Amino acid sequence: MTLLQLQSVDAAPWGDPVLTDISLGLAPGEVMGLIGTNGAGKSSLLRLLAGDFAATSGSVLFAGRALESWPRQQLAQQRAFLPQLSLLNFPYTVEEVVLLGRTPHSTGLRADQDIVRQVLRATDTLSLRNRLYTQLSGGERQRVQLARVLAQLWHPDDMRGTLLLLDEPTAALDLAHQQQLAATIAGIAARGCAVILVVHDVNLAASVSHRLLVLDRGQAVASGSPDTVLTPALFRELFHAEVLVQPHPNGRQPLVIGL
Amino acid sequence: MITNVIDRRRRAQRLLLLLVVTLPLAMLLALGTGAVHIAPADTLAVLLGGDRGQATLIVQQIRLPRVLLAGIIGATLAMSGAAMQGLFRNPLADPSLIGVTAGASLGASVLIVAGGSSLSGLAGLSLVSLGAFAGGVLAVLLVYRLASSENGTSVATMLLAGIAITALAGAAGSLLEFFTDNERLRQISLWKMGGLDGANLPRLLLASVVAGAVLLALPRYALPLNTLLLGESEARHLGIPVNRTKLALIGWVAVGVGTSVALVGTIAFVGLVVPHIVRLLIGPDHRTLLPASALAGAILLVCADALSRIVLAPTELPVGIITALIGVPFFISLLRQRDQYGMQT
Repeated sequence: MTLLQLQSVDAAPWGDPVLTDISLGLAPGEVMGLIGTNGAGKSSLLRLLAGDFAATSGSVLFAGRALESWPRQQLAQQRAFLPQLSLLNFPYTVEEVVLLGRTPHSTGLRADQDIVRQVLRATDTLSLRNRLYTQLSGGERQRVQLARVLAQLWHPDDMRGTLLLLDEPTAALDLAHQQQLAATIAGIAARGCAVILVVHDVNLAASVSHRLLVLDRGQAVASGSPDTVLTPALFRELFHAEVLVQPHPNGRQPLVIGL
Repeated sequence: MITNVIDRRRRAQRLLLLLVVTLPLAMLLALGTGAVHIAPADTLAVLLGGDRGQATLIVQQIRLPRVLLAGIIGATLAMSGAAMQGLFRNPLADPSLIGVTAGASLGASVLIVAGGSSLSGLAGLSLVSLGAFAGGVLAVLLVYRLASSENGTSVATMLLAGIAITALAGAAGSLLEFFTDNERLRQISLWKMGGLDGANLPRLLLASVVAGAVLLALPRYALPLNTLLLGESEARHLGIPVNRTKLALIGWVAVGVGTSVALVGTIAFVGLVVPHIVRLLIGPDHRTLLPASALAGAILLVCADALSRIVLAPTELPVGIITALIGVPFFISLLRQRDQYGMQT
């Protein structure tokens, strides 16, 4: 069964088309990485799926139902979006920010705090819990915002039916926290959460994604498992970059080396 | 600074309790304050139905409506300010940002210049007050229209439209003042300074009904406001009906502040500084920020009005001067500790 189904979707939220004829399907527990040059439409695709604008034609089905016909709150219980930038400049504590992720649920403060503790641990922010958000570094803020969207969908065992959209979640993270993010994504995917993420580091994208979707000028130009998609020809055509693609020493993914 | 969520909430509850206790005390003292001093015991006796001769007359007829009006207006301005700061995600926002104050001033000026100040309006309100209310609400409608498109309402555009409409109304008002005679110029100028000396029972009743509705309505948007601090899209992704929330907040604030300006003129500063101070003390959670701001705003305006009656007695100072004189030093002392509170502006 597919959780998310896009059929020939066009979108032009500001007049000019940003997405053209996009079709894709995503199953529960599947992780899809979006790659492409700057302005290729990766963030636009995430924003479309987050409901920030509607498709001008084509259909977007979430759990078999048109995205725009979902009741607001129910959708918020099942779909979360981490944007590139956070605007928050009010002195919430870290725990308060992450508790806001529980807004669509009515599980009560005690249960919510329990979930918050789990997602803080998963993002290595438990020690920041009582700090003010406004006093954190960029990378710490990004982890706290990640914890907030995780809290929105979190369930310790079963996360089937949920969709997490991440726009460059690793942009401000150090290597250790990038690896931790990859482990967290693998963990929630194993529990059934479907994930779509934009990552510029293709090796990181290959390590966390079951499938890659390559976008160019709003169109899907390639799609498939990382080892079929990541070829020297793709990098030459799309990024005008010469790369070497080798098997990764871990044996599970290709390794792209810039030349 | 380390702040535990539970500790912070307890602290907010304690502040609310303190404010709830302080407000009646402040009102009791304010009732005894003025050209004729009345001891708190006598004030209390009068309030409980006792007869203290002249004191009864002064408390019941003159000071009680005035003190109650001060409390209601202070609460409305401060809670409206807190809501606007949340909506605009800017701790420096103020209810006047959406054009209501400037529109009301222009409405009042137009009627004063047209000779409306000699005519009486409805329910104890002068025609000038009605003009002020209409001007304030019209200005907000205009700002809202300018900031709305088929993609929804942009808060940033609303801020800019508010500044533009405020400037336009200010220019139109100055034009009127330039061409009018000296007596009317002074009337306009006094009206703008604001004051609670016109308090009477009909005005109090009107204020209670309108402000009561605003004070009950705004806290219902506490949770949406909490999520709006993350950003509008983020609030929408958390299931909040953002456009409906924005429209409701703007509407309630326009009615509340419009009524306040119509009844007592422009009292700056309460709506800006009170919520800011309360937020520094207990954090940005609107579930406690909104009621605590309302109580603190009521206390500030009641005290400021009492002081305005005695500082230069028997002359009364415009209350806006006093609110600024009390609030600014307190505000600055808190700003000096802003690193500790982590406030960014």
